[in-house]
Amino acid sequence: MSFLESKPGVALMEGDNLARHYSVGGGLGKQTATVKALDGVSFSLEARKTLAVVGESGCGKSTLGRQLTLIEKPSSGALKINGAAVGNLSEKDAKLFRRTVQMIFQNPYGSLNPRKKVGQILEEPVLLNMDRLGRKERQERVRDTMAKVGLRPEFYGRYPHMFSGGQRQRIAIARALILEPKVIVADEPVSALDVSVQAQVLNLMMDLQDEMNVAYVFISHDLSVVRHIADDVMVMYLGRVAEKGPTEDLFNRPLHPYTRALLASAPKIDPTQRVKSEPLTGELPSPINPPSGCAFHKRCPFATEHCAQVRPELRVFDGREVACHRVEEIS
Amino acid sequence: MNTSPNPATSTDQDDAALQELEASIVAKPPSPLAEFWHYFRQNRGALAGLIIVAIVVFLAVFAQVVAPHDPIIQDRSAIQMPPAWQEGGKMEYLLGTDAVGRDMVSRLIYGAQLSVFIGLFVVIISVVFGVTLGLSAGYFRGWVEIGIMRVMDIMLSIPSLVLALAIVTILGPSLINAMLAIAIVQLPHYVRLTRASVISELNKEYVTASQIAGAGALRQMFVNILPNCAAPLIVQGTLGISNAILDAAALGFLGLGAQAPTPEWGSMLANAREFVGSAWWIVTFPGLCILITVLAFNLMGDGLRDALDPKMKR
Repeated sequence: MSFLESKPGVALMEGDNLARHYSVGGGLGKQTATVKALDGVSFSLEARKTLAVVGESGCGKSTLGRQLTLIEKPSSGALKINGAAVGNLSEKDAKLFRRTVQMIFQNPYGSLNPRKKVGQILEEPVLLNMDRLGRKERQERVRDTMAKVGLRPEFYGRYPHMFSGGQRQRIAIARALILEPKVIVADEPVSALDVSVQAQVLNLMMDLQDEMNVAYVFISHDLSVVRHIADDVMVMYLGRVAEKGPTEDLFNRPLHPYTRALLASAPKIDPTQRVKSEPLTGELPSPINPPSGCAFHKRCPFATEHCAQVRPELRVFDGREVACHRVEEIS
Repeated sequence: MNTSPNPATSTDQDDAALQELEASIVAKPPSPLAEFWHYFRQNRGALAGLIIVAIVVFLAVFAQVVAPHDPIIQDRSAIQMPPAWQEGGKMEYLLGTDAVGRDMVSRLIYGAQLSVFIGLFVVIISVVFGVTLGLSAGYFRGWVEIGIMRVMDIMLSIPSLVLALAIVTILGPSLINAMLAIAIVQLPHYVRLTRASVISELNKEYVTASQIAGAGALRQMFVNILPNCAAPLIVQGTLGISNAILDAAALGFLGLGAQAPTPEWGSMLANAREFVGSAWWIVTFPGLCILITVLAFNLMGDGLRDALDPKMKR
């Protein structure tokens, strides 16, 4: 019960050194290897704010999303809601947690059960988590939420395949919102949509943020989308945080070499705005066998011998947090 | 096949039907049964299948009233009498008589009782247990899966008739035990089929979404995942009816299923095999009955699968 009450001065959601390791391999006579998909990530999210998590494919941003919604338990570290750690929840607390944290998925074609009608899909969370509501009230709530996300009431009895991608994502947003959560984890919510529809869905999400006082953890690889929607940005590389700070600062003056490379790789229309620095070369290293020292040193133009040996920790520099030994010299 | 509708041929009629449907949804959502019937009716083959199945079931239920003769009484004056339209046939015995002078029509009508019952009983038993085991194996994985699937592999590695024989021998020869044996023999097919579909469905995001919504294992398995695995199961189930009838015939032939005078399509077929050359009707008509019934069940199953698939709906 305690984690539902917001306390002054305590962040709504906090990750404290979250880590998730997977064992892979281990077939007949083989050694098991450990994949550190997420390796000590800390962050805090205030109510009504948007924290964007960006990085290449495989950097652990989706794994982070899975920890935040408790689809998987973190291997170590703690997830806190209003300062209270959520570890092993009782069934009653699990219901409260679900009413606090919900999720929107990347692919609206996969995230809606094709055998269920829109009304049934939206009703499921209410049915399972709000025991006190009767059938009439549940339907009422479904229709209210549908109206909020701009779905016509007659869609109630239709199947997901009758809708376009944008409308499907609206249904998915309605499902996440129907319990009136405080935090929504959105895992690449617009990357499967047409560009013309992306803006609509993003604007809807921002409108709903104001209307329903919800905070977003917005996982994305699309930097222009992130700049549009986020208050804070957390750049991840190989399961660790490379840089974390307010969106505008980070976009205007990226500090970490990886952030710079990421921004440089984004296409720009205006030739004068194009950054001259080298875009990233090479592949993301394997998290089974990460490079020694700074995970980024093999692709980093500024790397030194020191970078290859000692892993940089996050430290405050110029109003944000950066994990780089040479940030003073580079900036 | 579900091809996307060609815009050139989509007519006003379609639009009208769509508007009508839309209007009915806005006004009052149709009951699931009415909706099911609406879509089932559009499939002619399925409707034909349903009609034939209904006739067979009717004959089976009212066999005492419909059948012109007692199926067991032998008419010594009419042994191996050909059907009425052939030379030497009589209207009294429309489809002729068998080797000991029993009326074919009556035996076929009474035979429907047992054959349809065997088919449905076996399929229901093996579907219920097979689906439950397959769902558990696919959903829980790990040791549950290894345990269930290895037992199924062992069952599959024994020839089905030999396995059925072994089970009947253990349980004792009777029709009920024969049916149970056939149900057990058919079980692995349903388990494998269900498990495979469940595993592929489990990776889809709607399952994770329901998990976040708080759905427990039972709800996930039976409410969310199972309906998405239904299509291959319905097809396998309707085909299983025919297999069950034929397997029951094989067991009956070996003296382990329906016993001698009892009319049953499979054993009628099996016992008459020596007359293939001399009296074709004794072999042909039970075979035709099995063929038509099985075909009807399959057509109905196809229609059932399509009517239950939301993607086939407009």
